[in-house]
Amino acid sequence: MEHERPVWPVMRQLTDGDPLALGSAAQSETTRKWRGRIADAKVTKSVCPFCAVGCGQLLYVKDEQLIQIEGDPDSPISRGHLCPKGAATRTMVQSPMREYKVKYRRPYGTKWEELSLDQAMDMIAERVLKTRRETWESKDEEGIDINRCYGIASLGGATLDNEENYVMKKLYTALGIVQVENQARI
Amino acid sequence: MGTSFGRGGATTFQQDLQNSDCIVIMGSNMAENHPVGFQWVMEARERGAKFIHVDPRFTRTSAVADLHVPLRPGTDIAFLGGIINYILENDRAFKEYVVNYTNAPVILKDDFEDTEDLNGFFSGWHEDKNGYTFETWQYKGMDLHGAAGQREGESSLAKMEAFRQREDALKHGEPPNMDKTLQHPRCVYQVLKRHYARYTPETVARICGVKPEQLLEVAQAMCDNSGRDRTSAFAYSVAWTQHTFGVQMIRSAAIIQLLLGNIGRPGGGIMALRGHASIQGSTDIPTLFNILPGYIPMPHAKAHHSLKHFIESEGAKTGYWGNLDKYTVSLLKAWYGEHATDENDYCFDLLPRISGDHSTYRSMMGMIDGKVKGFFCCGENPAVGSANAGLQRRALASLEWLVVRDFCEIESAAFWYDSPEIESGALKTEEIPTEVFWMPAAAHTEKDGSFTNTQRLLQWHHKAMDPPGDARSELWFYYHLGKKIKALVDERGDEPHADAIKFLTWDYPEKGAIREPDAHMVLREINGWDENGDALPAYTKLKADGSTACGCWIYCGAYKGEENQTARRKSRMEQSWVAPEWGWSWPDNRRIIYNRASADPDGKPWSQRKAYVWFDEVKGQWTGYDTPDFEKTKKPSYTPETGAQREDAIAGWHPFIMQDDGLGWLFVPNGIVDGPLPTYYEPHESPVKNLLYEQQSNPARQKFPRPFNEYNPSPSSEHGGQFPFVLYTYRLTEHHTAGGMSRTVPHLSELQPEMFCEVSPELAKLRGLEHGKWATIYTVRAVIEARVMITNRVQPIRLNGKTVHSVGMPYHWGRRGIVTGDSANDLLHIALDPNVHIQETKGLTCDILPGRRPRGKAMLEFMEEVRAKAHLEKA
Repeated sequence: MEHERPVWPVMRQLTDGDPLALGSAAQSETTRKWRGRIADAKVTKSVCPFCAVGCGQLLYVKDEQLIQIEGDPDSPISRGHLCPKGAATRTMVQSPMREYKVKYRRPYGTKWEELSLDQAMDMIAERVLKTRRETWESKDEEGIDINRCYGIASLGGATLDNEENYVMKKLYTALGIVQVENQARI
Repeated sequence: MGTSFGRGGATTFQQDLQNSDCIVIMGSNMAENHPVGFQWVMEARERGAKFIHVDPRFTRTSAVADLHVPLRPGTDIAFLGGIINYILENDRAFKEYVVNYTNAPVILKDDFEDTEDLNGFFSGWHEDKNGYTFETWQYKGMDLHGAAGQREGESSLAKMEAFRQREDALKHGEPPNMDKTLQHPRCVYQVLKRHYARYTPETVARICGVKPEQLLEVAQAMCDNSGRDRTSAFAYSVAWTQHTFGVQMIRSAAIIQLLLGNIGRPGGGIMALRGHASIQGSTDIPTLFNILPGYIPMPHAKAHHSLKHFIESEGAKTGYWGNLDKYTVSLLKAWYGEHATDENDYCFDLLPRISGDHSTYRSMMGMIDGKVKGFFCCGENPAVGSANAGLQRRALASLEWLVVRDFCEIESAAFWYDSPEIESGALKTEEIPTEVFWMPAAAHTEKDGSFTNTQRLLQWHHKAMDPPGDARSELWFYYHLGKKIKALVDERGDEPHADAIKFLTWDYPEKGAIREPDAHMVLREINGWDENGDALPAYTKLKADGSTACGCWIYCGAYKGEENQTARRKSRMEQSWVAPEWGWSWPDNRRIIYNRASADPDGKPWSQRKAYVWFDEVKGQWTGYDTPDFEKTKKPSYTPETGAQREDAIAGWHPFIMQDDGLGWLFVPNGIVDGPLPTYYEPHESPVKNLLYEQQSNPARQKFPRPFNEYNPSPSSEHGGQFPFVLYTYRLTEHHTAGGMSRTVPHLSELQPEMFCEVSPELAKLRGLEHGKWATIYTVRAVIEARVMITNRVQPIRLNGKTVHSVGMPYHWGRRGIVTGDSANDLLHIALDPNVHIQETKGLTCDILPGRRPRGKAMLEFMEEVRAKAHLEKA
């Protein structure tokens, strides 16, 4: 029956019950078949990673690719809005400068070298234990137990998840590392 | 805020700003830096609220304000002091609130002396220790407990230990000596009145460079919009915290809000606007040296020999900190599981001890001094983002090994071949010993987890896809690193203090091909479980007998009913404006804290217009639009027995349940190391002399005079005129902190492509600067260049016949990224607030010249000349 609709939009406005041409009256056969780029994408609820306002984000994934990030209209804080940074989140995730391989610079080296992730993890674990051993302080100058490793420090956390901060603080404290800090002071 | 009210977090939530009748934004450019949150300020304005912006620079925030007051950078305490003086002199305080809910009526010890008596010092100053002791700041009849007082450098970001040191001396829940008529000459109210008597509109005008009428307009607006039927709110950001007296700026706002009765009420409060997605979370579950999860202090070498000793000296007897034993034992059970028993003090001795200030600036200096050899840097870029970035890069270049985890190769990973020091020849690549591991990080889209936003709200973000290549979450990195370390320690058997590692519970379920630890299960551990292993519903269920485990007591309830409460996403369209079913807020899903104060002492709303939480006489419980921040069935008339402990000692009319006396603290007897009341001082580097006292700067500030962190000469010195201009830094809408997440993004780089500085037409004329051309800006630390933007947004400040010019600049640029430029932080020095060890970025001194900066060797020569003029020794 579709082909029997009036051809002129103004006629359709009168016959379609859409006098302001905000809906079907404004559509042609072609545009009626159009579908949004994100129409059949999987939607995941997320939160903006930039400032601490905490705007809701909707992540659209299609064919294993992140294709769009939008503000979440359900959020009572942001009501669907994102600022210029938040709106650029997808480009941040897919930045042309982002790198996906471990890079290694040896002491006094003049260039980056390749290293497998597993090898890097083994080397870092060794470095931690070596420095821990070498800089271990079991007692202070008055003979009071302090049991700490003063040779290792850490910086970062405010851009990370609570769960990540938790395992960081837990592991560092167990290792005796006390110089644990983040952007709260920066 | 911790010291004034009891908790180190925003007292309200962003949406509640819409209920305000007057909003004062100070120390923040909210429209540009928190644009989406700013909609709630605009909502309030649409509803008729007055909106005031007090800020040196005219920004987009000022553009939509009813009133913009430009003041000299760093003089906020004088301005706020002027408001306090106005309230007290004109009797505009909300008396019923002040008398019942604050420590205004409390009578202080006879030997307290004010800065007004001692020319810029409070009593208790020790010149040899460069600090205060607190004995003379106490309530009469409530002395310091034992050997308390300031322990060197040991101050917590939230200062929650403040109130834990006093003897159990409450009488029926009230401090023993009070004058509810507020007339006693030594009651806090009168002490406050005398302290601020000199902060008259005329004096404030002379310090801040504002007009007396401007101060009066702000003060009147706040007073007219406070009381039973109206409320005013403050919003601030890092332009308050980043000073050598930053804590005292926030304290000043706290005093105003307590005097006007605006805390714990809708449309009131102090909204702290934080700049990173989970900066509140990383303080609550701290990657900070001085606290354990939930603001439990890190054990101190000199004070905490046993768990019992720790609880006695750090816990209060009264108020909710009276439960420190439950919080601490439950934390140790979460970390050490079956190994933590009553017999071995729940493994308390496995925890390392701190012995002073171990904050990041100390660590960086420790690297240069050879004490710190290994460094993890995760999602942070000190080579651009930390004050005195040159010193930061020299620190990195002194390490044995460095792990940088980020999306891109940021400046803190590239310092060894690309930095101003390499460019000038001051450092050489082949002479830098640092072994660098650059590890690709997963984005928030590639991992599960929760952020805690600026209003204490935990929101879960779900993973949409696996991280590509070697990219991994920090959760993955630390979990698997911990597993490897544990295996090595087991294998070798001779590592020092090995039980601390061996006994650690470290067994989260792993998921998927990359064996990602299950973040839900980590949150469940943070939430805690009872003796049956069931998730706990609230921190009130924690026990001190080892039967409960809880990784962070203030987050207890986030996994209530075995459900991830932080993942709740009930649409705002389907619930009330408070939206209690969106995410989960600490503590106990309370959105406005201290909200018992939204009702009068009898438990009735102060007015229908401002009703929020009240006592329902029929049901015998507190109820309202939010979760009551009070024991549900405690009657407003509840009067504690003398000698009552923990929460039982808090009277039914005392809303500040974390404080040992349940009161909001106008005067802070213990816990702030640079004074019980805010006092005006000049910034560490200032071209202006302190008008109020001979004492120029905050005497207790932390200074680090050492190579590469020298200070510009002070105005009183012979060479004081060398750096005549005020320098301050700020952020832009289009960039994020040190640029790692924005200068690497094409859209954002195109929107803000180049480093610039803002100067007034008058300063441009004075120094021959041209719009769009280059300028060279320098201090004794460094020289940088920036494009010149000549604008009326930055105005010269006129005071006492003198004109003070300012140079403002964003700090986002560095040498890596799609767009590059010099880093403003190279110019900055390290001088810190003594309470929280935060640097002063909002008010230093500098000079500015037209043209590009010298390069290569010429840059080193230029700096030698600058330093010679300042009579500093050769670098």
